[in-house]
Amino acid sequence: MGPAASARPSRPSSRSGSMTGRVRFQWMIPHFSYKEIWEQKAKHFFQDHTESNRGGGSKWWGFVPHSRWRIPGPRFSGLRSFRFRHVPSHLHGADMADGPVAQLLLQRLASCDGGLDSLELSSALGLEHQVVVGAVKSLQALGEVIEAELRSTQRWELTPEGQETAQDGSHEARVFHSLPPEGLVQSELMRLPSGKVGFSKAMSNKWIRIDKNAPGGPRVFRAVDNVEDLVQAKLQLVQDGEAERLSEKERNELKKRKLLSEVTLKTYWVSKGSAFSTSISKQEAELSPEMISSGSWRDVKFKAYNFSSKGVLPEGGHLHPLMKVRTQFRQIFLEMGFTEMPTDNFIESSFWNFDALFQPQQHPARDQHDTFFLKDPAEALDFPMDYVERVKRTHSRGGYGSQGYKYDWKLEEAQKNLLRTHTTAASARALYRLAQQKPFSPAKYFSIDRVFRNETLDATHLAEFHQIEGVVADYDLTLGHLMGILKEFFTKLGITHLRFKPAYNPYTEPSMEVFSYHQGKQIWRQNQLVCLVTMMGRTGAGRDKRKDGQMEGQVPGQTWKDGIRDRQMGRSWHRALPTHLLGEAECRESRRRGRHRYSKTVQTQGVHLPRKAFCRPCSAQPINGGSSGRGVLSLLGRREAIGTVT
Amino acid sequence: MPTVSVKRDLLFRALGRTYTDEEFDELCFEFGLELDEITSEKEIISKEQGDEKAEGASDVILYKIDVPANRYDLLCLEGLVRGLQVFKERIKAPRYKRIKPNNGQIQRLIITEETVQVRPYAVAAVLRNIKFSKARYDSFIELQEKLHQNICRKRALVAIGTHDLDTISGPFTYTARTPSDIKFKALNQTKEHTACELMDLYKTDNHLKHFLHIIENKPLYPVIYDSNGVVLSMPPIINGDHSKITLKTRNVFIECTGTDLTKAKIVLDVIVTMFSEYCEKQFTVEAAEVIYPNGKSYLYPELAYRKEMVKADLINKQIGISETPASLAKLLTRMYLKSEVIGDGNQIEIEIPPTRADIIHACDIVEDAAIAYGYNNIQMTIPKTYTIANQLPLNKLTELLRHDLAAAGFTETLTFALCSQEDIADKLGMDISATKAVHIANPKTAEFQVARTTLLPGLLKTIAANRKMPLPLKLFEISDIVLKDSSKDVGARNHRHLCAVYYNKNPGFEVIHGLLDRIMQLLDVPFGEDKGYVIKAAEGSAFFPGRCAEVFAKGQSVGKLGVLHPDVITKFELTMPCSALEINVEPFL
Repeated sequence: MGPAASARPSRPSSRSGSMTGRVRFQWMIPHFSYKEIWEQKAKHFFQDHTESNRGGGSKWWGFVPHSRWRIPGPRFSGLRSFRFRHVPSHLHGADMADGPVAQLLLQRLASCDGGLDSLELSSALGLEHQVVVGAVKSLQALGEVIEAELRSTQRWELTPEGQETAQDGSHEARVFHSLPPEGLVQSELMRLPSGKVGFSKAMSNKWIRIDKNAPGGPRVFRAVDNVEDLVQAKLQLVQDGEAERLSEKERNELKKRKLLSEVTLKTYWVSKGSAFSTSISKQEAELSPEMISSGSWRDVKFKAYNFSSKGVLPEGGHLHPLMKVRTQFRQIFLEMGFTEMPTDNFIESSFWNFDALFQPQQHPARDQHDTFFLKDPAEALDFPMDYVERVKRTHSRGGYGSQGYKYDWKLEEAQKNLLRTHTTAASARALYRLAQQKPFSPAKYFSIDRVFRNETLDATHLAEFHQIEGVVADYDLTLGHLMGILKEFFTKLGITHLRFKPAYNPYTEPSMEVFSYHQGKQIWRQNQLVCLVTMMGRTGAGRDKRKDGQMEGQVPGQTWKDGIRDRQMGRSWHRALPTHLLGEAECRESRRRGRHRYSKTVQTQGVHLPRKAFCRPCSAQPINGGSSGRGVLSLLGRREAIGTVT
Repeated sequence: MPTVSVKRDLLFRALGRTYTDEEFDELCFEFGLELDEITSEKEIISKEQGDEKAEGASDVILYKIDVPANRYDLLCLEGLVRGLQVFKERIKAPRYKRIKPNNGQIQRLIITEETVQVRPYAVAAVLRNIKFSKARYDSFIELQEKLHQNICRKRALVAIGTHDLDTISGPFTYTARTPSDIKFKALNQTKEHTACELMDLYKTDNHLKHFLHIIENKPLYPVIYDSNGVVLSMPPIINGDHSKITLKTRNVFIECTGTDLTKAKIVLDVIVTMFSEYCEKQFTVEAAEVIYPNGKSYLYPELAYRKEMVKADLINKQIGISETPASLAKLLTRMYLKSEVIGDGNQIEIEIPPTRADIIHACDIVEDAAIAYGYNNIQMTIPKTYTIANQLPLNKLTELLRHDLAAAGFTETLTFALCSQEDIADKLGMDISATKAVHIANPKTAEFQVARTTLLPGLLKTIAANRKMPLPLKLFEISDIVLKDSSKDVGARNHRHLCAVYYNKNPGFEVIHGLLDRIMQLLDVPFGEDKGYVIKAAEGSAFFPGRCAEVFAKGQSVGKLGVLHPDVITKFELTMPCSALEINVEPFL
C-alpha cells in the first residue's frame, strides 16, 4: 500500500469528503443509541479525512488513497475498517499510471534504445523495485504504450540471522569462544544470546563437552582447542555472491537453519510499445456524483477495470462451522417430525448414564480411564426408587425375558456422578418419562449435545464432542423401519448409498453400523458414518411373561449413532469457515489436505471424532417399565467431535 | 472392540478355500466382523520401530479382524473358522460334551476359605490327549491373552492358568497365603522367588506390571498348589515354571480364578470349547471337580446348553420381514443357534450353546436371525408414526440469538465446557470456593479440573490463540455452564449463558453495551426499570473498577458487562483492552 499511496498525487478532496460524508451519515442512523456521540465523532472524522486528503497523509488516514471506496463503519474506532481493503484491487494498476514514477519511466524509455530493466531502473532512480514494477503494470494497463517481458532469476540471499552469522560467526562458534578455560555453568551458558542453538550444535560437533556432576550444576567445557567455523565461511561465500560454489546439500542445510533463503527475483524488461508516448492522457478512476449531476462523465475517459482481481470481502460476524452443521442436523430432525429432548445436564449419575441402559457395573466404559467422575458433587441422591429396583433386578437376576448379567448390583456404584459419556443418558430419562405417561402416545425424539470422555488431548482426540440421538416410540416398529428412517435422514444429508453392518452395542439390540458410499472416491467409507442401531427390549421380549399373558411393555428401541467424518462434508464446512479467525493460508492448507482438521493449524480444535468413540462398546437395555405392548424405535445418533476454538 | 490377528493362509486352509481380500472383507461385513487391516509382522514392526528392526521378521500376511466385544467365541482362529463355516453352512455346529475320565480319577480343586478375602471363585477343567502344533499353541496362548484383556477385565475379574497335567498331581488346593510364605520358580524365571520378590521384579515388566495392583495391597495372595506342594500359579499374576505347557504337552489342566463366578465359568467354557477341537476325542472336555470351603462340590466346565422358545411371528415382526418358521429356524442355525420349529408350527425352539454366552434375551435371538437374513436384505420402510415436532424452547431461543449476534458482527466460537480451576477462579480474580463449580475427580490433565462456571475464559483463550488476527476481535458464544445446585437429583445443573467480548486498542465498552441493547431489542425487553432492562454500576473481580455494570432485566439480575481488569487481560496472555458481556438467557424464555 505504501508505495502506491505515496506515488499518488493528492486527490481533489472537496467532493469525496462531503459527499461520502452525507451518505455515510444516513447509513449510520440505525445506531441510535449512540447517535449523539457518533455525530460528534463523525465531524472529527471528516475533518481529519478532508485534511488528510489535502495534505496527502495524516495520522491514520493518509495511507488510504481511495477513501470513498471503503465507507468506514459508523463507529468510533474508524480505524478498523481500513485494515486491508482500502484500494479496490481492480483499480490497482491503472490508478498509478499517471504517477511520477510512470512518467520517469516513460522519459527514460524514450531516451534509450532497446529497453530497460526494471531492477536497474529502480536502483538508478533510488526507488524500491516494487514501486517501479507498480509503474510498469500501470502502464501496461493502458494498452500498447509499453511492452514488458517478465524475467525471473533465482538468487541465494542471507537471512538477517545469516548476515549476523556471516559477521560474528555461527552460534556454535560463538558458544565455543565464549567458554573460558575453566568452563561455564550450563544454565549461565544458556542465557547467552546464542546459548540454546549454539549449545546443541556445538555438542553435536563435539566441540564442547558437559560435566553433569560438576559442583554448582552441570558445567560446559571446550572439548577441542580451536574450531573452524565452516558455517560462517560458507555464508561469507554467499555474501560475496559466490553461492554457486556451495553444493546443493550445503545450501539446503543452511536453508534449513534459516540462515540462507532462496529468492526469486522477478524483473521486467520494458520496451516501447506500438502506441508509445511520453504523455499519457489523464484518466478518471471512478464515476462520481458530480459527474452524474453535471454530465461531465460524457467527456471523461475512464480507466479500465481489472476484472481478474478479487472484490472486497463483506464485513460481518460468522457462525461457527460446527454449529452450522448442528443447525443442519437439527433442521433435518425437525423436518422429519422429531421433538427435541432436553439435554441441558452435563452432569449425570452413573445410574442414568449406564445402569438404566443395562451397562453392567464392571463394564470397561465405567473405568476411570474413560469417564470423568466427579469429586464434588460426588453422588446423586435422588432416584425413582421403584425403577432402581427393577434395574437392579434385571442386572443381577434378569427379568423381562433376560438372563441378566448375574452379578451383585450396587446402588453406590449407580450413585456416582459423572460427566455424561453419551446423550443416551438423556434419552433414557426421556423414555422413562414417556413410560410414565398414561395412556401411551407415539413419540419421536432427538437431541444433539455435548458428551465427555476422559481423553488426553491430541490432534485426533478431544475430551468433548457432540452426539446426535434419535428415538421413535410406537407400536409394531421393526428394524426395517429404523433402516428406513436412517435412509431418509442420510438422503437429506446428500448421502444415498448405505450399507448396514451387524455390530454389538449392549444397550441396543439388534445393533448395526451404517456405512456410506463415497461417490467421489468410489469406496465404502467406514467410520465416516458409523451408526449403531438397535432394537432393544425394554423388557427384552419376555418369553415367560408372555406365557403369563402379561406382555410386559416391550420397547424395541433402535439406537443410531453416527459420527460424521465425511470428507465431503468436511470440505463444505471448510468453505464456511470464518476466514476471519483462520487466515487464508490455513484454509488453503487444510483444503489441500482434504481434511477438516483445522484444529492444529488454527487452534480451533477440530472436527473429528476419536475413532474409539464409534467402536467403544457400550451397553444398553431396559428402559424399564410395566406398561404394555408398545414399541419404541430409537434412533440414537452420535455426532462428530465438537470443533473448539481455544 | 477386540482385534484378533490371524495368519491369512492358516485361516484359508481352515476355511477350506481361499478368498480375495475383498471377498473376505465382504464375508466379514455380512457376519458383523470387520477386516480392519491386512498386514504382516514385518510391517507392524517396521511401522512401530523402523525398518531396521523389522529386518528378518516374518512377512506372513496377517488379517486383523475386529470382533464384537461380546463374542468371546470369535477371539481365536478356531472360533472364527467355526463361526464362519457354520454361517456358510459348510459344517454343522459341533456339540461340546463334558465327560468323566476313563479311569474314574477325576481331578479335584479344593478351595480353602482364606480365598474369600481376595479372590473367592475358581473353576477348572482338563483337556485330555490334545495335540499342539506351533500355530495351535500360539493361538491357545493368544486366546487367553484376549480373554484376559476383555471379559476378564485385565485379569481383575478372572485370571486363567493352564498347566501340563502330567507334571503335577492332584488334588489341587486353591488357597491364599501371606506373600512371604509363597515361594516358587515363576514362569520363565531361573530361580525361586518369594511372592514379595516377584512383585518387585514385575514392577518393571511391561506386560505384568498392569496386573500387580489387583492383589498388591491384600494381606494374603491367592495361590494354587498340587498335592506335592508344587505351585501351579499365583493368580492373577503368574504361573509356576514347573507346570508350564509346551508343544509336547498332551494333557492340559485349566484353572480360572476370579471375583466373578459367572464370568469365570464363561471364560472356562470358551477356552475348552475352542481347543477341545484338537483333543483325541474331538469336542469333549474332561470334567474337574471344584470343592468350595462350605463342602459343596461342583463339576466344571458347565458346558450348559439352554433352550429358549421364541415365536416366529415375533422375529418377523421385530425385523420387518415375513419368513416361514422353518426358514427362520434355518437362519438361526446358521448363527450357531440350533433351532427347530415345534408345537403349533409357530414356535421356534432354540438351543443356546455354551459358546454363546452373549445370548441373554430374546432380542439377541432376533438380532441373530436378522444377521443371518442379511441386514442389507431387509426392506426399508417408513413407520406410520405421526408426530408433531417441537423444538426445545431454550434451544430455539439460542438458535435465534446466535444468528442475530453473528449478524451484529460478532463471530461465534465453540469452546470446551471443561477447564482448569485457574481459568474460572484465579485468572478472574476469584477464589475457587466462591464459584459453585463442579469438580472432576480424575482428570488426565489440569486442563479439565472443573466444568466451566462462566463462558468468559473460553472466549479469552480463543482470543489469545488468535492474537495474530486483525483487530478488533469480536467473539461470542451461547452455551451451557454448570453450577452446583442441590435442588437437582445429581446436585448440579446447566445454565444457558451468552457471552460476548470485544478486543481492540480501545476498551469499546460502548460496543459491548450496544450489543446488549441490540439483544434486548431482539428479546423485546424495553429500556427501563421493572418490566424493562437497566444496567447499574457494580463490582466484579474480573472487571476494571468503575467500569463494570450489572444487567437487570424484568427486575432480576441476569449478568454483567464491563471493561476487563488489566490483571485478567494479562493472565490470559492478552495485551489489549477488552470489554465483555455475560448474561444468562434462561430468564428470557
